[in-house]
Parts: sequence; structure tokens; C-alpha cells
Amino acid sequence: MWQWLFKLGSPKWFYTMSGQFIPWLTGITVILLGVGLVWGLAFTPPDYQMGENYRIAYIHVPTAIMCYWWYGMMACFSGAYLIWRIKMADMAAKACVPIGFTITAVALFTGSVWGIPTWGTWWIWDARLTSTLVMLFLFAGVMVLRSAFDSVDAGAKAAAVLSLVGVVNIPIVVYSVEWWNTLHQGASNLSLSDTQANPPEVWLPAFFTGFGIFGFFMLALILRTRNEILQRERRADWVKDIFRSGKGEF
Amino acid sequence: MTIIAATVRRELLIAFRSPGDIINPLMFFIIAVTLFPLGVGADTEFLSRIASGIIWVTALLAVMLSMDSLFRADYEDGSLEQLLLSPQPLYFIILAKLGSHWLVSGLPIVILAPVLASMLALPSEAMLPLLAGLLIGTPILTMIGAVGMALTVGLSRSGLLLAVLVLPLYVPVLVFGTGTVSMALGGLGISGLLALLGAMLVMAICLAPLAILAALRISVS
Repeated sequence: MWQWLFKLGSPKWFYTMSGQFIPWLTGITVILLGVGLVWGLAFTPPDYQMGENYRIAYIHVPTAIMCYWWYGMMACFSGAYLIWRIKMADMAAKACVPIGFTITAVALFTGSVWGIPTWGTWWIWDARLTSTLVMLFLFAGVMVLRSAFDSVDAGAKAAAVLSLVGVVNIPIVVYSVEWWNTLHQGASNLSLSDTQANPPEVWLPAFFTGFGIFGFFMLALILRTRNEILQRERRADWVKDIFRSGKGEF
Repeated sequence: MTIIAATVRRELLIAFRSPGDIINPLMFFIIAVTLFPLGVGADTEFLSRIASGIIWVTALLAVMLSMDSLFRADYEDGSLEQLLLSPQPLYFIILAKLGSHWLVSGLPIVILAPVLASMLALPSEAMLPLLAGLLIGTPILTMIGAVGMALTVGLSRSGLLLAVLVLPLYVPVLVFGTGTVSMALGGLGISGLLALLGAMLVMAICLAPLAILAALRISVS
């Protein structure tokens, strides 16, 4: 266990390991996304109320769920960096931030696009929309803070502390916004928890797209982390060897 | 205990010798509140409905803007470094610093709030809930803001960055603070919400100094 952790903390080991891993992950992601999207967009029957519009849920729901625990993952990396000073953890945490921002932005965007035909407006101050917007701000904050520092080390530690502060705050923010919404307006029936009432051919493609999107963002995470490794370790011999041998891509 | 008393005494002395640090956030609070009727119109009925929101949002911004005087001068003259090197319990020193900063920045805002709230025609039965919320809420704002300030004190231009970091974390305090007033106006009990704010204050007292310490160590090194 510890041996494995120590290995994971070595940029070189991670770089070579993830290099072997990437083709597999790419293949699985393409298959999952392909099956899910074709099935969901072309073969699933239209909803009796929303017609074809609901199909955006195959992208919207996975990203909306993912943005919270993507933040959690970033915070785990940050914690690992602060506690054990594992540089790899910081590189992964740094790579997490723009991806998390993108996931949240995609969730918001697809939600808005879905909202125009179904609710008649692209934005309402609903609890979920608002707390997702706050999530976007939190990701932006971590990203901005890191880039404000000249020193890589100080920026990394500051971003890590802010991520952990955010983790304590996110549940409070989410529940306060939920409470705020129920106070100010009647509960809007935006809940997707009644998908269980839907037939399997409607929600099964969502599993495929969900895991496919997850695979896609994990792939993005690995690629960004590898990029970060190459940038930070550019003076190390093994990185120079990679570039000399012309295998810089994979 | 003596270190707490000494820190509070030092901070208050510094604050009263540079009164601009105390007065500027207050002036901001007053002026910003004045802008709202000018912007949304002088209709008393409408103003009374949004009064608590105006007071809370401007108070929140004023507390955030007052943060600059918390660590900035100490950072620049090196006393922050000395503080971090001191053998005394840092947790309590930070807590004392935060407490005395709240006394000169948060408390005046709370004291001034009823005047501005009645200018905005806030119904009198909502006055006490507003005050109670502000009294419990502003220390939380100070603590969260101090975390952001500690993270950015080493940077040359941190004003807007601080806002980006801190304002999303202010959301729960704002929600429960203005919620207290709405509940009171709706004839409902407010003790539950005040208890929630109190719980957040206790949590902030427990955790914020630790985060501030970690952040200061990064900024100073």
C-alpha cells in the first residue's frame, strides 16, 4: 500500500504508467460516449411533455452531479499535498481546477439551454442553479488565487488551503441556498429524482453518457497532469530523454 | 491569557491611532446604502421590502473591505513574521487579533445599521432580528474574510482577488441573516436561524484561525 503510494508520488512513475493507461481509457470513453449518445439521442422515445428537449439531460445531469465531487477530489489532492508534501498531488490538484470549472460551466450552460423550452427562461434563481453558480465561483477563486502568485510553491499551498476551506463551506452554502429558495418561492418541481419512474431505455443511456463523460474528464485530468509534470520536471534527465527520443506526445 | 489581553490592547491602540482604518469602512457602509434609494427609487414601500437585503449586502462588503487593515501593515513592517515566530499560542493571538478587529470594524457597522435601516423604512418589528443577525453574522464575515486576507496579504494588489475568494463563502451568512428578517416579518420565530448563525460562528472560531495560520505561513515564507 505505502509502496504504491510512494510510487504514485513519483512524477516519472506516474508519467510512464499513465502513458500506458491512456489508450485504454480513450477507447472505453469513446465507446461509452458513443453508445450513450447514439442511444440517447436517436433511439430513446421522446418525452410526452418535453418532447425531444429532455435529451440534453444525458449531458446535463452527469455534469451537474460531477461538479461537486470533482471539487471533493481536488480537495483530496490539495490535502494530500499539504499534509505529505507530495508534489504529484499538487500537480493533479492544479489540473483539476480548470476541468472542474469547465464541468460546472457545462452543467450551467446545458441547464440554461434546457430551461428555455421547458421553463420559458434560461435562468431562474432556483436553489440548484444558484448553488451551482456559487460552485463556479469557488473553482474560479482557486484558479485565480494560484495564478496570482509568482512562486509556484506558494501558489500551490495557497490554492490548497483555499480548496480545503471551500470543502468545509460547500455543504453550508448548498444547504443555505436550498433553505433560502424554499423560503422565497414555492418549491419548484425541478427534481430529477423521479427518473426511476421512467422506463429503462430512457435512463440507461444516461449511465453510458455519465461514465463516458467521467472518462472524458479523467482523461483530460491525466493529460493536464502529464503536461504539468513535463513543465515542472523539464530539467530532469528522464524528461529530456523523452523529448530527445521524439516521444513527447505519448 | 496575558497574551490575549496584550494583543487586544496593541490592536486597539493601533486602530485608534490611525482612525482612517475605522472610519473608512463605515463611510463606505453609509455611502453605499445611500446609493440604493438613488438607484431603485424613493418608493418607501419598495425600500422597506429590500431594506434588510441592502443593509446586509453593504455590511458584508464593508466588512470585506475593512480586511485590508487586518494583516497588511503587520506584513509590511515585519511584525507578522515575529508573530509567527513567537512561542505563545498562535491560535489565541490570531483569535485576539480577529476579535479586536471586529470591535473596530464589525461592531460600528452593527451599531450604525439601525439608523440606516430606519432611513430605508425597515419595519420596526424587523429591527431587532436584523441587529441580532448582524451581531452574530459580522464576526463570521470577519473570520472568513481574514482567511482570504491571509492568503492574499503577500500579493501586491489583492483587493479584487480578495472579493473573488471571499464573497462566495459569504453566501450562507447572507442567506441566514436576511432570512432572519424575513421570518420575523412573516411572524415566524427566528431563534432557529439565529442558532444556525451561532453554530456557524462557533465553527468559524474553531476552524478559521487554523486556516488563517496556515495561510499566513504561506504568505510570509
